[in-house]
Amino acid sequence: MFALPFVRDALLAGSLIAVASGLLGYFVVLRAQVFAGDALSHVAFTGALAAAAAGIDLRIGLFAATVAIALLFAALGGRARADDVTIGVVFAWILGLGVLFLDLFNASSGGGSGIVGARALFGSIFALSGGEARLAALVALALIAATLAVARPLLFATLDPAVALAHGVPVTALGALFLVLVGVDAAEATQAVGALLLLGLLAAPAGAAHRLTASPYRGMALSAVLALASVWIGIALSYRVSSLPPSSAIVLVAAAFYALALAAGSRAHAGVLGWRR
Amino acid sequence: MNPSFSANPITDLNELLQYPFMVNALAAATIVALVGALIGWFVVLRRESFVCHTLSVMSFPGASGAALAGLPLASGYFAFALAGALAIAFGSRAGARRSLSHESAVVGSVGAAALALGFLFLSLYGGVLESVETLLFGSSVGITVGQVRTLAVVGLLAATALAAIGRPLFYASIDEQAARADGVPVRALAIAFLVLLGLAVAAIAQIVGVLLTFALLVAPAATAQQLTSRIGLSLALAVALALVEAWAALTLSYFTNLSLGFYVTSIALALYAIARAARELRR
Repeated sequence: MFALPFVRDALLAGSLIAVASGLLGYFVVLRAQVFAGDALSHVAFTGALAAAAAGIDLRIGLFAATVAIALLFAALGGRARADDVTIGVVFAWILGLGVLFLDLFNASSGGGSGIVGARALFGSIFALSGGEARLAALVALALIAATLAVARPLLFATLDPAVALAHGVPVTALGALFLVLVGVDAAEATQAVGALLLLGLLAAPAGAAHRLTASPYRGMALSAVLALASVWIGIALSYRVSSLPPSSAIVLVAAAFYALALAAGSRAHAGVLGWRR
Repeated sequence: MNPSFSANPITDLNELLQYPFMVNALAAATIVALVGALIGWFVVLRRESFVCHTLSVMSFPGASGAALAGLPLASGYFAFALAGALAIAFGSRAGARRSLSHESAVVGSVGAAALALGFLFLSLYGGVLESVETLLFGSSVGITVGQVRTLAVVGLLAATALAAIGRPLFYASIDEQAARADGVPVRALAIAFLVLLGLAVAAIAQIVGVLLTFALLVAPAATAQQLTSRIGLSLALAVALALVEAWAALTLSYFTNLSLGFYVTSIALALYAIARAARELRR
């Protein structure tokens, strides 16, 4: 299976997106921002449809929409984080906009929206071209580097914002930067695993890592490894069983890891999450 | 059909009501707004918006799974909503206390797994189930009288169940520890509410679609809770706002030929933003 170029491209892009999502996901779970991550991945859908309606490159729409909404969530949150009702209402509206663009796109192109819609929603890692895969890999590498660079202060700002602020850590700016990173990840992963399924890579491996270890750095590494394993196993399964779509396989493997971790770690669990609240 | 808007509201109303599909849509929207706003009020109080969204997403594997198995669509909706509610209820409370981080990870993973399953069912089914758009936003055109009746029955049951557990649920939502000390079965109530929410959302999402469920359930209740802290008043306000939202969106969508989903979510956002701003100004 490695002889096929589309499988190699899928593995290259998929692996790096997995590591980026695993690392970011660790903080997404720690900061209880999974709903924001979910919303950003839906925003990517609207961005893609807006670009389709306007007839420009889908990727421009994806990145512009997710970064703009990430900044909006950060601004709405102020010192605290945006509450889930605000996120929910904003993102329901963004999806409403998405369907409006779908209507407009239908009107202007006379159909074909189903394909764009399905591609944006569920992605297809086997459909990436060589150039797209290399670009996705580069963006994912940049995300990994950025996340590792801010990991320490971000951890401090997340676990104890008041003390971090007193130590001169720019808590608000870090929160906004973090959401932008998640937004870029959502835009990037939309092409590989789809807007709706990105959530699986963001939440499940990180949730499992949080159950299995209390050490932050070990947790981040574990989360990245689990995400990577999900992508590899998912791609292999989907390659063997042709009726199994790759996006579904990847997310189901990730969810299975989480279920196993829940079963294994259901004993008294303190850890990072335990002493935070 | 050639919708034309006139300045005379009576003519406009007559035009709206001359089509059976519009009458059905208005009836369904009214039931959804009434029941949804009441349940949504507790969703906001309990900070379970993400759970509500995820449970409505369950209708995707529900619909595609039922189509694959050759069962009636409604059975798939209810089965997956129930499974999702139970998975969230038992997965998210491993310890005694509520941890928002852990809960959000569980809810997100359940939602992602549901979508993955739905996509898998859809590709196994092979055919075109219904367009993604219809699934997400429902279709106000295709509502039958039978569906409206089913919705009315489920709505009545949900409202009765909510009335029965309303008081202890309110106590448990406001102050979990005090409620527990007073012997209120906090955990059982939490599970019961999730199951109730799942079933109600399944019934609603079949008709209005996944995304409007959220806009009709949570947004009016959140707006009402921004405006007043008096319980009775904010419940009544939530219902009234939901009704206004649903009727206005249906009317606008009919006369402008743009999608219902866009109008419902836009009105929901506008009302919520105004309420937030009003609250900030009053401080």
